[in-house]
Amino acid sequence: MSVAPVEVERPETGQEAIPDSPWVTIVWNDPINLMSYVTYVFQRVFGYAKPKAEKLMLDVHHKGKAVVSSGAREAMERDAETLHGYGLWATISHDA
Amino acid sequence: MSEGGPGEQEQPGDDAQWPGDRGFLEELMGGFRGTAGGATARFAAAQAGIIRDLVDQVVQLIAAEEPEEAAGGPAAWPAGGPDDPADLEALTGLSDNPSPPDDPVVARLLPDAYRDDPEASGEFRRYTERSLRSEKAAAARTVLETLPPRGGRIRLSEPQAQAWLRALNDVRLALGTRLGVTDDFEDQVAEMGPDDPRSAAVGIYQWLAFLQETLVQALSG
Repeated sequence: MSVAPVEVERPETGQEAIPDSPWVTIVWNDPINLMSYVTYVFQRVFGYAKPKAEKLMLDVHHKGKAVVSSGAREAMERDAETLHGYGLWATISHDA
Repeated sequence: MSEGGPGEQEQPGDDAQWPGDRGFLEELMGGFRGTAGGATARFAAAQAGIIRDLVDQVVQLIAAEEPEEAAGGPAAWPAGGPDDPADLEALTGLSDNPSPPDDPVVARLLPDAYRDDPEASGEFRRYTERSLRSEKAAAARTVLETLPPRGGRIRLSEPQAQAWLRALNDVRLALGTRLGVTDDFEDQVAEMGPDDPRSAAVGIYQWLAFLQETLVQALSG
């Protein structure tokens, strides 16, 4: 299930506009998923280094959500499906 | 999110001696540790029974709306024959039911992909829900196949450990949703009296968090 990361510029926080990549995958905070598990999933699914994965996890935890990937709509739907497989609460949006 | 068990504790090195070494902690508390090829843990029969029961319940929940498997082997058509819509779902991998699940636990396991767009969510569901259910059921089956009812030491390959990780998470999502876990969960638990009907389930929920935490660490090592 290891998905190699697509080498696109990925946003660091949930609030930035990405001009050329209108679609984003957002992960929402939930009270059940473990912080260590969410970090691990970000590393495994997106190939992010641990510091980046941890920062995204903390954004989700403290801000309630974070943009975890951006790109074409189809790619974001694949990301969301993969994250749902891991039990993360992920949605797709084009106006994040 | 939840901080889980003793997650960020310093792990002693491989050469550490009693009482700090992992083997001793593992015997004392249970939980996973990493191996060269995956992960290992030891379960008492009661622990194995709890995990198997909960995993089985998740299987029942996510399989509930799936059409029955063909009883006569892979070549046989299910009851309705090839014109049955359920069979077309099986053949195409498409789900005919794009509505979000009524059960909050199932809805949490199979969430909407679009926050404010039921139509797009329904379309996404049509194309993904069936495979998502199968994926979760397969992970659950790996747990049932690798965890004997009587417990004992289990040794998991990396793929099996990955399946365990997802299945444990699904069980925690299911149990946590049923328990109404919120961000104030620790406060809720602190206010529960010893006679609270939820305390047994809460104890299991917390133990599963610890177990999952040790599995994340075992796989991260």
